[in-house]
Formats: sequence, structure tokens, C-alpha cells
Amino acid sequence: MFKKVVVDPVHCKECGYCIKFCPKGALSKGTELNKKGYHPPVVNDDCVSCGTCALVCPDAAISVYKE
Amino acid sequence: MEKRVFMEGNEAMAEAAIRAGCKLFFGYPITPATEVLEYYARAMAERPEEEIMVVQAETELAAFSMVAGAAASGNRAMTATSGPGFSLGQESMSFMSAAEIPAVVVDSMRPGPGDGEILPAQGDYFQAVKGGGHGDYNTLVLAPYSIQEMCDLIQEAFVLAEKYCNPVVMLVDSTLSKMREAVALPGYTEVPDPDSKPNALRGCGKEESHHIITSGDGAVQWGEYNDMLQEKFKKMRENEVRYESYEVEDADIVMVAYGSMARVCQSAMRMAREKGIKAGMIRPISLWPFPKEAIAAVGDKKILVCELSAGQMVEDVQLSVKDRDNVYFHGKLGGATPTADDILSKIEEVIGA
Amino acid sequence: MKTVYEKPAVFKEAVTNYCAGCGHGIVSKLIAELIDEMDLQEKGIMVWPVGCSVLSDRYFKMDTFVAMHGRAPATATGIKRARPDKLVMVYQGDGDLVSEGMAEIMHAAIRGEKLSIVFINNAIFGMTGGQMAATTLIGQTASTAPLGRKTETSGYPMRMAETLATMPGVSYSARCTINTPARIRECKKMIKKIYEMQMSDQHGLCFLEILSPCPTGWNTTPVNALDWIDEKMVETYPLGLFKDEESE
Repeated sequence: MFKKVVVDPVHCKECGYCIKFCPKGALSKGTELNKKGYHPPVVNDDCVSCGTCALVCPDAAISVYKE
Repeated sequence: MEKRVFMEGNEAMAEAAIRAGCKLFFGYPITPATEVLEYYARAMAERPEEEIMVVQAETELAAFSMVAGAAASGNRAMTATSGPGFSLGQESMSFMSAAEIPAVVVDSMRPGPGDGEILPAQGDYFQAVKGGGHGDYNTLVLAPYSIQEMCDLIQEAFVLAEKYCNPVVMLVDSTLSKMREAVALPGYTEVPDPDSKPNALRGCGKEESHHIITSGDGAVQWGEYNDMLQEKFKKMRENEVRYESYEVEDADIVMVAYGSMARVCQSAMRMAREKGIKAGMIRPISLWPFPKEAIAAVGDKKILVCELSAGQMVEDVQLSVKDRDNVYFHGKLGGATPTADDILSKIEEVIGA
Repeated sequence: MKTVYEKPAVFKEAVTNYCAGCGHGIVSKLIAELIDEMDLQEKGIMVWPVGCSVLSDRYFKMDTFVAMHGRAPATATGIKRARPDKLVMVYQGDGDLVSEGMAEIMHAAIRGEKLSIVFINNAIFGMTGGQMAATTLIGQTASTAPLGRKTETSGYPMRMAETLATMPGVSYSARCTINTPARIRECKKMIKKIYEMQMSDQHGLCFLEILSPCPTGWNTTPVNALDWIDEKMVETYPLGLFKDEESE
């Protein structure tokens, strides 16, 4: 399945900026824990590949693609 | 080699450094080293074709950091200061050793402690030789005793700094800096391409990036890094001892002195010989590494250490010999230099003892 | 398929040491993007401070110099005077620039050194655990001001961007922040500008102060830290362009 937003679980620190600034509210806190104990976010189908999440991420943990 | 010229120590040394390809000078005015900065500033103004770059820094703190930046970029760079400024630069000495930066630092000693006087002294020995900065590091310390030697050694200092990727200290004093002597100025030397120096900051492009950083990464990594530096210092100890011996073979008393004090002792030695006293001298030229073996070799004779201090090098002499009772000391504080007569009296006193 | 965003190529793999939500992370990323876009790996030499970003050199495939605390502008001066064709990219925080390095930044400005300086102002000393900085707000608590900064004992917040703008050796001085997507985009333009101005070789010191969230130092969550910038910091540190030689 084509993924518009790919979150690198190793780099995510669960700061919440991507969730806050997504204009579509497409990101939310994930349920999986990464090795450091953070919950990388998950993306739903409302995503339009605008790239705002990647823009605000302090860890460059998000990649964004458009079909 | 040119014909001899009559020049001031600071200026001759500056000229020799320029001819060694040290185009970058960063300094702060301080007696008795100021003329090095001024000579460089005039050279920058009067010889534009040589592309000399001088910055009069806001403080010695800044000057040392500027030298570190310039030297880290692969170019020869230098500063010249005196005790109070050298004290300010001690964090930099530690840093540059840690970062393997090949800078050259001239300290023209004056009496301390504090602002003291602007006359000659040798009270920065501990600081230069034992390392006034924090942590475990060493730097080569060269101690010329004539303007000729200042010129020859400053050119070698850059080569040595690059050979070991470590700062080199040239330890002189007010007398050497400010006196005038005939000197055959050394010529222009070969200068390595800045981009070719290991770890030089040059803009890495797609090649391996170079990082100047002195923070460790945990005990294991930092321990290994220190071990590597210590190996390097060990090689320096093994390979860079320099000294000169004068008539020690048949001597009953051997003086140990460096820099301008050695000049006086040389005269005293001649006067002593004329009086039938078998006096000799060992003149360390590298204070670090200290010529321990040369001194140990005369340890059965009486040794008279003469310094313009309360006694700093004397401790290294004591450490070098088996019998400390053979080591005598004559020191002078405050900026006056003992005369050859003063030293001769001391020789006679020690010999009589 | 089109790539809208991928991590900059100049970044190494390491996870940064920055806290969640740290402004250093956002600004480092913008700088990394500019390095990729403007092809600066050969042109640029980075000078880093002592502070939370002391380890940042290991995140970049660039020639870097982590300077002694406060000395970055002096070290950068040495590099730039030795290699004037390079873009010397200086990055400092409050402790480094305003406290330890006040003489160095002022004299780099006095001399009009051709440097581009990014100054991260988070009103606290982050790396050493949250002590008061010269930029700490009046009344703001810190480990060395448990009751909040008092002017009687600790003076007033230092406004670097305005001060430097008064100096003839400074060609550009501005203050921005990064607490919204729009402001992050604007910040990137301003960082690009201070790099371009140095590369034109027509200007002196170019300075950009960035108000940056420090959730750990401010004892709050990352998202709340972003709000605190608007609620509290901007009043003391107004955003704006204080000097731009290019538009004069």
C-alpha cells in the first residue's frame, strides 16, 4: 500500500509537533513503542502529502511522498 | 643564507616565520612580544604580494582561538605573547593538543607572578613544560639562546608541529626578544599544501569529512584516544631531545642553563676556565623533552643550575640524576640578570663546598 | 511517485542528542537542507559551540570545528582569514555567545568579520542542566534563579540582535522563531540569506537570532514550549529585521 508519510521509529522522540501542526489532523500518537520508549505517530487516510509534518519535525524523522 | 643583518630578536624571528610560510599571525599587544605583531602588521601592509594576514585580536583568549582555527584549516599560524597572555592561552594549549592542531606559540617570558615586570625571566618553565592547561598533554618546548637560534628554531617549529600534529612552544624571554644581534636570516622554506595536511578543514565535498572536536564519547573511546596521544608524546620524547654540551668531559662542575641565562653562564664558564676551574655547561634546547640522559651522564659531577626564577628547571635536573646532593641552584627573581661575575662567584662557592 | 520530503543527505545516521521538541533539531535540519540545496559540502566549514549542540558536528558530513566555549567567532575568524573563499557557518547558543563569548562576538562584529552566525536563544543554559542565562527573562525560573530572575541581582535580558544591528561592521541582523510551520519556512529563508550574503563577499558580519523552544529547560512539554515563545519570549525579544545592508 502506498505510504504518504513514513515515520522513522528510531529517530522519533514523540515531541508531538507533527500531530499539532498537521492541517488535516491525520497524525495521532501511535501505540507501538520504539526502543527509547517513545510512541512514533501513525497516519490515517486524511493525509494529503502536504509535508508540514516533515517541516516541523526536529529529528528529520518523517519522509513524505505523493502519488 | 644571506649576509648577516643586525636585528632585534622579535623582528628577526617574525621574518624567519614569514619565510617559513607562516602568513597568518594573530596576537594581542603585550610587552615584550608586541614587536612580533607589529612586524607582521607592517609586513602585511608593505608586502601585499606575500598575502600576509594579521589580526590584532581583542584578547589573548581570542588570539589563541584564531590560531587554532587557522592552523586547523591546514595553514601555518602563530601567536606571540608573554606570561599573562600565555596563562590566558592555557585552555587553548590543552585544546589544541587534544585536537591535534599544529600551531606555534611563542612565549617571551617576563617576571611574574601577576603583571610583574617587563624584564627577562624564566618563570613560565613549569607552565610551558609541564603544561599549564588541564588534562594529560605535552607540547614540544624549544628554548633558543641567540637570535640566530630563534630564527632557525622558529622555522623548525612549524615542521615539528606538523610532524606531530601538536602545538609547539617557543620559550624566549625579554632579553632575547628585545636585544639586537647579527643574524643570518634563514631563507624561504618549502611549505606543505594546506589541503594535504591530515585532518585539515578544507571543505570536504564528497570525501571524508574532518571534525575537530575534543569531547569524548564515553570512557572506552576517550581512554583509547588518550592512549593514542600518549603514544605520540612518547615518540616526541624519544626523537626530539636537543641540547648543547660545552666542555663537560673533563669538567668538575657543570652548569645547566637555557635561553639568555645560558649566555651569561657561557661567559662565566670561560672566566672560570681562565682561573683554572674546570667548568662546563649543558644547555637544553628542548625543555620538553628534557635532555635527561645528557644530564644523567654528568650526574657524578657537581651541577649548578642557573635560572631566572625561584627554581623550576632545577627540579627536572634533580629528577635526571642519581644524587640530588650534587645539584646546586642559583636563581634570580624580579627581572635582573646575574652577571658572569655573580655566576663565577657561585661556581667558586660550589666547587669549594 | 514524487518525493515531497526526505531527510537531508548531508545528515549522518545518528539519532541526535537533543530532547524531544528541541529547537536545535529544527534549525539543524534547515541548515542541512540548505547544505544539500546550495551544494555546500565543499564550500562550507562549520563552527559549533559548546552547549547542547556541542555534539552536532557528528550529525553532518561536513568539515567542522567544535570550538572552545565562547570562542567560535574567534576560531571562525581564524578559519575565514586563512580560507576566505569558504563559507564559514557559525552556530552558537546563549551560554556560548552571550556569556562566555561576549568579547568574541562583539569583536567579530567590530571587525566586520565575514561570517554567518546563527544564534539559538532559548533563554536558558540547556546542556549544563537549566541555569539562568543572560537571556533568561525577568521572573523566569532556572536552577540558579529558583525564585525567578531578579533585576536587582541579575540584571536584564540581553538583546543581541538589536545591539549588533547598531554596529557598522554588522551587515545583517534579525530575530525570528520556529514555533509554527510558516515561521520555520521564514527562518530557513533568513538562514539562506546570511549564507548568501557571506558568499557574495560584499558584506561584514551576518547575524540571525532564533528564539528556540527548550522544553526541558523550561520544565514543560514540547507543545507548551512553542506557546511559551509567543506568550512570554516575544515581548522581551521582538521578532523582526533590525539591519539589512542589502535593502538599504
